[in-house]
Amino acid sequence: MYLLFYISGAVAILATVMTITRLNAVHALLYFVVSLLSIAVIFYILGAPFIAALEVIIYAGAIMVLFIFVVMMLNLGERAVEMEGKWLSPGMWIGPEILAAILIAEVVYLLSRQPVEVHAIQYVEPREVALALFGPYLIGVELASMLLLGALVGAYHLGYRKPKALENPDADNTDATRAAAGGDLVRAGHDRPAGAA
Amino acid sequence: MFALGTIGLLVRRNLVFTLMSIEIMLNAAGLAFIAAGAHWVQADGQVMFLFILAMAASEVSVGLALLLRLYHQHGALDTDSASEMRG
Repeated sequence: MYLLFYISGAVAILATVMTITRLNAVHALLYFVVSLLSIAVIFYILGAPFIAALEVIIYAGAIMVLFIFVVMMLNLGERAVEMEGKWLSPGMWIGPEILAAILIAEVVYLLSRQPVEVHAIQYVEPREVALALFGPYLIGVELASMLLLGALVGAYHLGYRKPKALENPDADNTDATRAAAGGDLVRAGHDRPAGAA
Repeated sequence: MFALGTIGLLVRRNLVFTLMSIEIMLNAAGLAFIAAGAHWVQADGQVMFLFILAMAASEVSVGLALLLRLYHQHGALDTDSASEMRG
């Protein structure tokens, strides 16, 4: 059990170091996903399977999809085509693949010896978490909901693109880009260096 | 263990990498909470991790919206990070 913990910890640290040393954002995101998955395995070993599931769903699912979406959105344009060719070189996914294979082997091993398992550290049930969450931490839950609502409104407001007549006239070099983009958020930044650079 | 990763992260990159390193730092804090909650057998650590999760989600949504806005204004994320973004 301790060996598994240290292996997944080593995978997490390795993936994190690879994350911050990549020059390409997409490669870094790949390593970051592997890091999150290894942290989820650590949570499972530490006796918090509910939190491990939440980590995989919310972090590795939602937040990473958001990151990847934005990175891909910023890179649109015709120069993205030859960049895709560079990104899809087979050497780039070998590193994350090896780390993820280590994690999969650990999880399969853990699940296979589940009936006879004695947790090294005691198991905290999700029921206790829920009782604590909605008992003494009820104010915190309300504050978290207010925070999420504020983030929703804020992100919508920041992401909203004004109509052309209301636009800020001083950003002269970006107006051409906006006209070319047609107010479409996804296509913004399209053929930017060819246009107004 | 994770303090090493955290410290290394804060110093390095800008913009997209900054957001990612903030996420990694929040993750490290959550891991510390879970480990503490598993050490003393309490549920409070996991509750705190849920709060950290909610805060990270909201923070990253606002941060990415700001980043898009900045990109539309300036055409590039930074003089430094533009080269990173384009591979």
